[in-house]
Amino acid sequence: MSLFSLYRQLSKHGVLGLNARNGDYIMRCNSRRLYPFVDDKILCKQRLTDAGINVPDLLGVIATQHDAAHLLGKLHDQGEFVIKPANGSGGDGILVITSRRNQRWITASGTVIDLDTMAHYVSNILTGMYSLAGHPDRAMIETLVHFDPVFTNLTSQGVPDIRVIVYHGYPVMAMTRLPTRQSDGKANLHQGAVGAGIDIGSGCTVNAVMQNANVDEHPDTGAKLTGFQIPNWETLLALSAKCYDAVPLGYLGVDIVLDRDLGPLVLELNARPGLNIQIANGAGLKPRLRAIDQRFKADHSTTDPAQRVASAKMLNEQCWRI
Amino acid sequence: MFPRIPHWLILVLVLLVTGLSATIYKVTKLGFPVTPDEQSEAWTVQARVQIRAAGGPVKVNLQLPGNTPGFNRLNETFVSREFGLTLENRRHGREAEWARRRTRGTHNLYHRATWFRSPGDAVLTIRPQYPQVPDLPEPFATAASALVDDVREHSADIASYTAEMLRRLNSNDPSQEIRLFLTSPEYGNDRTATAQLLLAGARIPSVQLSGIRLNKLDQRAPLVQWLAIHNEQRWLFFDPMTAEQILPDDFLLWSIGTGPLAQATGAELTDTQITIQRNRLSSLELATQRATEKNSRLVEFSPLGLPLHTQNLYQMLLMIPLGALMIVILRNLVGIRSFGTFMPVLIALAFRETRLLAGIILFLVVVGIGLLLRFYLERLRLLLVPRLAAVLTIVVILLIGVGVVSYQLNIEVGLSVALFPMVIIAMVIERMSISWEERGPRDAMIEGAGSLAMAILAFLVMEQMFLRHLMLVFPELLLVVLGITIMIGRYTGYRLSELGRFRHLERPQPDSAD
Repeated sequence: MSLFSLYRQLSKHGVLGLNARNGDYIMRCNSRRLYPFVDDKILCKQRLTDAGINVPDLLGVIATQHDAAHLLGKLHDQGEFVIKPANGSGGDGILVITSRRNQRWITASGTVIDLDTMAHYVSNILTGMYSLAGHPDRAMIETLVHFDPVFTNLTSQGVPDIRVIVYHGYPVMAMTRLPTRQSDGKANLHQGAVGAGIDIGSGCTVNAVMQNANVDEHPDTGAKLTGFQIPNWETLLALSAKCYDAVPLGYLGVDIVLDRDLGPLVLELNARPGLNIQIANGAGLKPRLRAIDQRFKADHSTTDPAQRVASAKMLNEQCWRI
Repeated sequence: MFPRIPHWLILVLVLLVTGLSATIYKVTKLGFPVTPDEQSEAWTVQARVQIRAAGGPVKVNLQLPGNTPGFNRLNETFVSREFGLTLENRRHGREAEWARRRTRGTHNLYHRATWFRSPGDAVLTIRPQYPQVPDLPEPFATAASALVDDVREHSADIASYTAEMLRRLNSNDPSQEIRLFLTSPEYGNDRTATAQLLLAGARIPSVQLSGIRLNKLDQRAPLVQWLAIHNEQRWLFFDPMTAEQILPDDFLLWSIGTGPLAQATGAELTDTQITIQRNRLSSLELATQRATEKNSRLVEFSPLGLPLHTQNLYQMLLMIPLGALMIVILRNLVGIRSFGTFMPVLIALAFRETRLLAGIILFLVVVGIGLLLRFYLERLRLLLVPRLAAVLTIVVILLIGVGVVSYQLNIEVGLSVALFPMVIIAMVIERMSISWEERGPRDAMIEGAGSLAMAILAFLVMEQMFLRHLMLVFPELLLVVLGITIMIGRYTGYRLSELGRFRHLERPQPDSAD
């Protein structure tokens, strides 16, 4: 197929490209003033908590090397936690500790870590190794999420999460990211995780891809990837819509995990959500964004989250036709 | 009423139009060369007047070219030892006057000037004077009026009238009237003057031109007679010998009118000689001179107005936006990933010193060894800034090592290694090793290769002799570069890489989104 007809094809499907995402949506809808509230995960968590949105508990914040020794000492008897750089991007620098044995911690991938290694890791975070501009950073310690057992068959290692694109408060597209052995337990499509598109109306997976190619079964577990019903879908949608009220970014990515005991928790927000979600759904974002623009231009953000979820579902029923 | 034109588009158009029109003006009106090493013909014409003085006061007058259609003067010198020189502007040209109170013996007086073709049409700018019908004695009056009437019968306009008249004058078998004029002692000795006389019979303004043919490189260039007539709009040129309407492109008009080239009072004029020497000049030099003569600020306020050694630096500066534009194209239109935004431009600048192949090898060697050592440093658990400093030090050691080893092996790398951007290389190593650890070697390699590819492309663009010449001579093209950059900044279509990335989107079942 010639490049030109490929271009036309993508255009027809309404695929959102990077240039259009940056120029037409992020720059227009996302006020730079709000970026710190999504880029800094600690500030973000604060905002979400204030808005009454469920998030994984914050166990502590390490801002200085001195804090590090102190806090790590307190973590001695903790066998389960996650350490993240507050300003990390793309899941970089996240350390997941799942158990403790013989004075050492064991990570999700099975690596054994002693106190010394842990201290070095934390100090790396503090010096800004994972932050975008290399600025000094803070490390945050969170409770470990125990994902809902319904996902057990769909994932190997790591934590599956659900990404929802929320446009002016309306959830327009969603997918679940399922870690694989190839992605090393990370829920990142780019690193080889499976992405499964979710129908906004029903919460069922409709299509799944891995490394840009369609797949039907999970490569590690063999479980069928389409037709899977995400539990608590309604709550999850409402939660994602509500995030817009906490941080009013017009083009927002909301990452949610389903906890076994606590239900849907918002992991983090993203002001520049990636475009792979379109591949996972086998559909372009543009028609949906345009539909929201056309139908609800006047009352952007005026309705309450539940109303917006209802509107989005209605549009989904109409196949996002304007 | 009008469709709303976006603000950025207006800005882009203004930038493009300004940049391009300044460039076009400089090419067409000032003759700036579009390609490097372009040369123009130039002629050095020397007029020598030789006199033999008897001892009293001497005055020598020499007609000088003033009105030179098709040619411009680059420089002019007079050599006239011990003579006082005054220059006078006459109605139809210039005149040099050398004077000396008392002198004896043979003297040579020189005028030397360099001429070059001026861009545009050859136009004579003097104002025409409409002559009276000459009052001729019989039988010339009757012959003239018969001729005028007859020629008018056989012509359509002033040009064809002149051509016809000249043809008759030059005919092998002239009519009786013509023969009468040509054989008479009063009117027959100068054919051009006869032609003028007969043209005046029809009240056609005409001037006699004397000039030299530059392409006849004689030791002693003859003065050639030419005829110009005015057709109420402009001057037309005729060869009085062939009646052809033409102005040869090597005809340098020396003087207008019938007066002698040189005159001397108080001394004997023994010789007047014009010699022509052809030489080639860089077009750029010519254009600069020309612009200076025209008082054009475009040159004064451009890098060409700078001393030569600073020009080199500015030439490099002028290329950086082009390198940046290349990066913009590769990132936003093609979609190549790289470490750092403009790091490839800096690497490309370093390639200028090392040359391409040596630069690539140097880059690969230093980054490769640096990465290995960086992995080792990782095990020492250093804090960020000391680690970066350590990597930087390693890079410097590696570069010095490469310089020394290549010198021992008689490979000419010399100083160029020292100019490699060490800090940038250190950052590349750091970013690449983090990318390696976080996202695996595949990603790190893709981004590393992307950076190198961008650097090579940026280098190739920045090394283009043609582009370098263009940017130095026409720095206003930077506005065009800026305009294109802004235009790409507003491009919200797909990147080339995205066409591949979203290729599979067409496959799934009938699209529900449509």
